[in-house]
Order: sequence, then C-alpha cells, then structure tokens
Amino acid sequence: MSTQTPTQTEESSETDAEADAPSKGDERRDEKRRRAAEERARRQAEEAEKAAADEETVELKVFRYDPEVEGKQEPRFDTFHVPFTKGMTVLDALMYSRDTYDSSLTFRHSCRQAVCGSDAMFVNGGQKLACKTQISELEEPIRVEPLPHAEVRKDLVVDMEHFYDQMEAVEPYFQTNEYPDGELEEQRQTRENREKIKMSTRCIWCSACMSSCNIAAGDNEYLGPAAINKAYRFAMDEREGEDIKQKRLEIIEQEHGVWRCQTQFSCTEVCPKDIPLTEHIQELKREAVKNNLKFW
Amino acid sequence: MSQSYNRGLIEDFSRWREFEAGMWAWIFHKFTGWVLIGYLFTHIAVLSTAIPAANGATMMFQGSETDVFTGTIVSLEGLLLVRILEVGLLAVAVFHMLNGTRLLLVDLGIGLEAQDKSFYASLILTGAITVASVPTFIAGAF
Repeated sequence: MSTQTPTQTEESSETDAEADAPSKGDERRDEKRRRAAEERARRQAEEAEKAAADEETVELKVFRYDPEVEGKQEPRFDTFHVPFTKGMTVLDALMYSRDTYDSSLTFRHSCRQAVCGSDAMFVNGGQKLACKTQISELEEPIRVEPLPHAEVRKDLVVDMEHFYDQMEAVEPYFQTNEYPDGELEEQRQTRENREKIKMSTRCIWCSACMSSCNIAAGDNEYLGPAAINKAYRFAMDEREGEDIKQKRLEIIEQEHGVWRCQTQFSCTEVCPKDIPLTEHIQELKREAVKNNLKFW
Repeated sequence: MSQSYNRGLIEDFSRWREFEAGMWAWIFHKFTGWVLIGYLFTHIAVLSTAIPAANGATMMFQGSETDVFTGTIVSLEGLLLVRILEVGLLAVAVFHMLNGTRLLLVDLGIGLEAQDKSFYASLILTGAITVASVPTFIAGAF
C-alpha cells in the first residue's frame, strides 16, 4: 500500500475539515486512527511471523571493557541475540551485533578468511580464529572474550606488541651468506626441504598459541610457540647455510628459548592453521642438543 | 603475566573447562611428581630407623621386644589409613612412570600426533594396575 498520497490528502482535507465541518474531521481522524491501528497490527504480525520463521537466534555474551569510557571501566559481559544464518561464523555474529545493536563494540578483523590473523579471540574458553569458527559448532550462549594473557585495550582488542617483539627476536626473515654463482641465478630449494618447512610457513601471526601457552603466561621472556616456529622455518631451510643456522640455533637455545617448552600441546591444539608447533619445538630441542654434544 | 590485565575469576572458570589432554597430562605429571617427592621424605624417615635397629635399639610392640625397624614397619602396616594410602601411592607412581615414558617418546619426536591417545592409555593402564593391586594391599586390613 502506498503511504505517500493518502497522507498528503489527509493533511489538506484536515485543514478544511477544521474550517467548516468538525464532524467530518472527526470522521476522518477516526478513519486515520483505525488505519494506523491496522497498520500497527499488520507490522506486529509481520514481526511475529519473522520471529517464528527465524526461530534460530544465537545468544552471544561479549566481553566489554574500555578504560577511557566511564561506564565501561568495570569489565562486563553484554548479551546480543543474533539471527542465525547457515554458515555463520563468530566474526559474522560479532559484525551483526556491532552493526545492529552497538556500534562501539570493538574487535579486529580484516580479511575474514583466516589469512590476516587479526581476529584471534577467546571463544567458549578456547583460543579461536573468529572468522573460521562456525557458530553451529559452538554451545550456546557463546562467550567471546579477548585473548588471555595479554593486556586488553578495548573490548576484544588486546595489545599485541609483546607478541610482535618475540616474533621479531628470532629474526623472521631469510638470511644467507651462500649465493648462487650467476648474478641472476635463483636460490632454489629442494622439494623435500620445502615439504619439511611447509607447515611452519603457514603461520599468520594471530597469537592464539602464545595466548594458550601456560609457560608464556608465566614467563614474559619466553619466545613462545609462534616465534620458535618462525625460527624453525628458517633454521630448517637448507638454503640459509651452516653459519646462519648456527646463529639461529644460538637464539633458539637461550635460557628462554626452546627449553621452556614443557610439551603441554596447548599451542598445537589451538593453532587455526594446524601447524604442529610442539613437534617443531621438540625437533629444535634435538637440533640444539646435537649441536652441543661433543664426544671428543 | 605480571603485565596482563586481570579479568577476574570468570575467565579462569571457562579456561578450566577447556583443558586438553596434553595439559591434563602435564598437570597430573606435576602433581604426581610432588606427591612422590613428599613420599620420598617419609620413606627416608621410616628407613632411617634401620640404623638404630642395627645398633640393637628395640621398642615395645604388641607386648614383646622387637627391633625398631621391624616394629615401625609392622605398626605402620597395621594402620588402615596407611594401607589405603599405599594404593594411592602405587597409582601415583604408576601414572608418573607411564606418563614419563610418554614424555620420553614426545622428546624423541615419536608419535606426537597420538600424544592424547597415549595419555588416555596411560590413565587407563594406571587404573587397571591400581585396581589389580587392591587385593594385595588391602588384604587383611579390614
């Protein structure tokens, strides 16, 4: 039903109704009231129908905290009801909540396809990548919290600076003193060697492992699973050569390097890219031992 | 940790629920390790009665003179609590051994994909051995 024309005629007719025939105006106002009531009833029925149709709404309990806003200095959980759609991820639900209910809800996200690694969160008691965690696989209500063992900046945003420092401490870039003969020659890697480091190259720096690690929580100097995995990626790369590998092993086997790992397997469990972190750490431990054992 | 923001008890509760096999193995290994260290001290205390016993020290036990070492051990074994604790000690020691073997394999890089299964296996084996030991330890205690 079009709304534009009737209101216009009503407005004009009401003015002349007041002028000469009040009874006629009353009639029209009654008519208008009746129509408004009808409209309201229709809309309510529509809403009810819609609610009945998408019975499936998910309940989200989201951690809220903001040191700069007076009402949010005391951490709390906000509840959001989000209509469920097939294939919905935690990130989708968060974005719906932000766009529909509270535009101040803050969280990091970028690519939405588990590549950028910016939306690692603590979902139902586990470190998860929000964009690849299906709502349908979670128990309700879904608790979304910022990553543990990191300082909360605002809502679901944590300070990643310490994690990045640890990552950079292992010099996460290719270095070599051995160059191929020709100036334009490529530095080729064998297929076997590539297979060996394949999984370790998949790290997206999301910090889920670091957050899950019990040791990293208690020891701020511990490199952490992600940084050690990064070190593994380059230490195991044959193209770097022996002297660079020696340098890398020295970083790895420091007091707060690989030896802090107590094989709790938490990092391996939470890694959204399925990197066998504990396996890599253990292999580096063996490398370090082999490097230092001398039988003569 | 010292720098991180304290979000209160709520967070720790949800984290408890989400422990995985490897984490439980670590917790149990620590716990059983400390229990074994505690046992070691009481063990030394009991064994050290052997020195005065060798020098001819005696004590009154059930109305007769027995040497201190035998007397201490027999009187301890007579306590129901000690009998029950012995079953617990065996469980703790067996788990610590089996999980220690599991950790050895982990250190050697063997079967890391099956680390949770080997943890469950060591739990089940511990349970079985403990149950099997009950007749031996408890016999005649009640």
